[in-house]
Amino acid sequence: MINVRNSLSLKTTKETKSSKPAMVKLLTLFSASIFLMACSDDKHVAKVAYEVEIVNLTNNQPFSPLALRAHSASYSAWTIGESASLGIEHIAESGDNSEFLGTASTKKSASGTGIIAPGDTAVIGLNSKVTDLYLTAVTMLVNTNDAFAGITGLNLSNMQVGDNTVVYLPVYDAGTEANDELAGTMPGPADGGTGFDAARNDVDFVAMHPGVVSMDDSYTESVLDGSHKFDGPAAMLTITRVN
Amino acid sequence: MKLRTRPIYSRTASNIKTSFLKKSVLTITALPLLAAMSATQVMAEIIDVKVTNLTQGMYYTPLLVTAHQDTTDFFSVGDSASSAIQAMAEGGDISGLVTIADGVGAVSSANPAAGVLAPGTSTMISDMATGANDRLTIVAMLLPTNDAFMGLDSWKIPETAGTYTLYLNAYDAGTEANDEIVNGGGAPGVAGIPANPGMNGGTNAAGVTSTEANQMIHIHRGNIGDTDATGGISDVDSRIHRWLNPVAKVTVTVK
Repeated sequence: MINVRNSLSLKTTKETKSSKPAMVKLLTLFSASIFLMACSDDKHVAKVAYEVEIVNLTNNQPFSPLALRAHSASYSAWTIGESASLGIEHIAESGDNSEFLGTASTKKSASGTGIIAPGDTAVIGLNSKVTDLYLTAVTMLVNTNDAFAGITGLNLSNMQVGDNTVVYLPVYDAGTEANDELAGTMPGPADGGTGFDAARNDVDFVAMHPGVVSMDDSYTESVLDGSHKFDGPAAMLTITRVN
Repeated sequence: MKLRTRPIYSRTASNIKTSFLKKSVLTITALPLLAAMSATQVMAEIIDVKVTNLTQGMYYTPLLVTAHQDTTDFFSVGDSASSAIQAMAEGGDISGLVTIADGVGAVSSANPAAGVLAPGTSTMISDMATGANDRLTIVAMLLPTNDAFMGLDSWKIPETAGTYTLYLNAYDAGTEANDEIVNGGGAPGVAGIPANPGMNGGTNAAGVTSTEANQMIHIHRGNIGDTDATGGISDVDSRIHRWLNPVAKVTVTVK
């Protein structure tokens, strides 16, 4: 867009200085505006592509398929102190990112294909355009009530093709489900319980996660054990611009 | 041994551009003035400071945000807490720290949130004119705890305009055993936790411990808590009143 605008203003300046007949000037301006209109079409905005690698740094918290979304600077997938969106609630409680990605353009979003086990690495491709150079990445820690690791609004606009950026993902609490750690409430292999529940029985705002307690830390009703404890950061993300 | 806190900080690309431009302009206009300025003179700055409580269950007592010179140090990890830090960390009383700050010509905002800063909420201090003070210290007690506080220790305020983001850890003042009994004990040297503003813990706890192994300021190990509302070892809830660092986000905008 910026290039198109610049080329138009440059051309207009030249035309006013030229000694061509008025009709030619008008025609040139007219064709220039056609050109602008054609180029303002989304198809002509330069494409960008990234490769996103995620490493699960936890001891025993498999990750749900990573959700990726490229967007403009104005978008934020969550805000500390504010209610989680329905899409974030789905990811944080069940690991299902279809609700979250359903609101994004398929050309600027992507999902991993499977669970990422502790210690495992997954690589996911993400396409975008030069107008959308901010990244959101979200994944659930599946042996929890509603913990997710992620980053939103990461500015990638300074990256050239071939550059890579490493960020570490903290663990957030969606605040949509109480951290009771009870049997039947967590979708991961430690429990095999219910994932998403529309009822919000917690503080209903996103904040940093306090960690899980577990039965090994004197919370006898918890189905989690000491192996499911975690600390921040939970994941390492390496973003490489490939186009 | 003195160890400074080293917060992580980052700057956004747009601000780098802005500050670069501003600096270029400044350089041109400031050149004739430079010769007249003494070498020790510090450029006065105007800053905005936003503090966000990142936790989901911990409250901050009234904050002290103070810009001071590097000749003043309110706390240092690995050192014992001053009586003013102890009063803040055990009972949320910042009056002693304010007295120190006022005595050294610091520019401060005491209690900007007008009370406790609830979990997940933010407070903003706009247009602090720091004068000759180029260091920033921020403290507030975490409730419910015995003597935990979030802290930023003498962070050098950058001269370059831009937005700087810092993440703060929770420290243990080392002045009181973390018994986790909520009994109103907030005065320095009095055991117990002064209050649980969320009213979401227990009562009649036996106490987690009566000793403090590390009596210097150190990284807090976190609350232990329990799930017993009418007894157990702790009056705080292990599912609600724990935290992982960082506990606070601070955004400083140098104008």
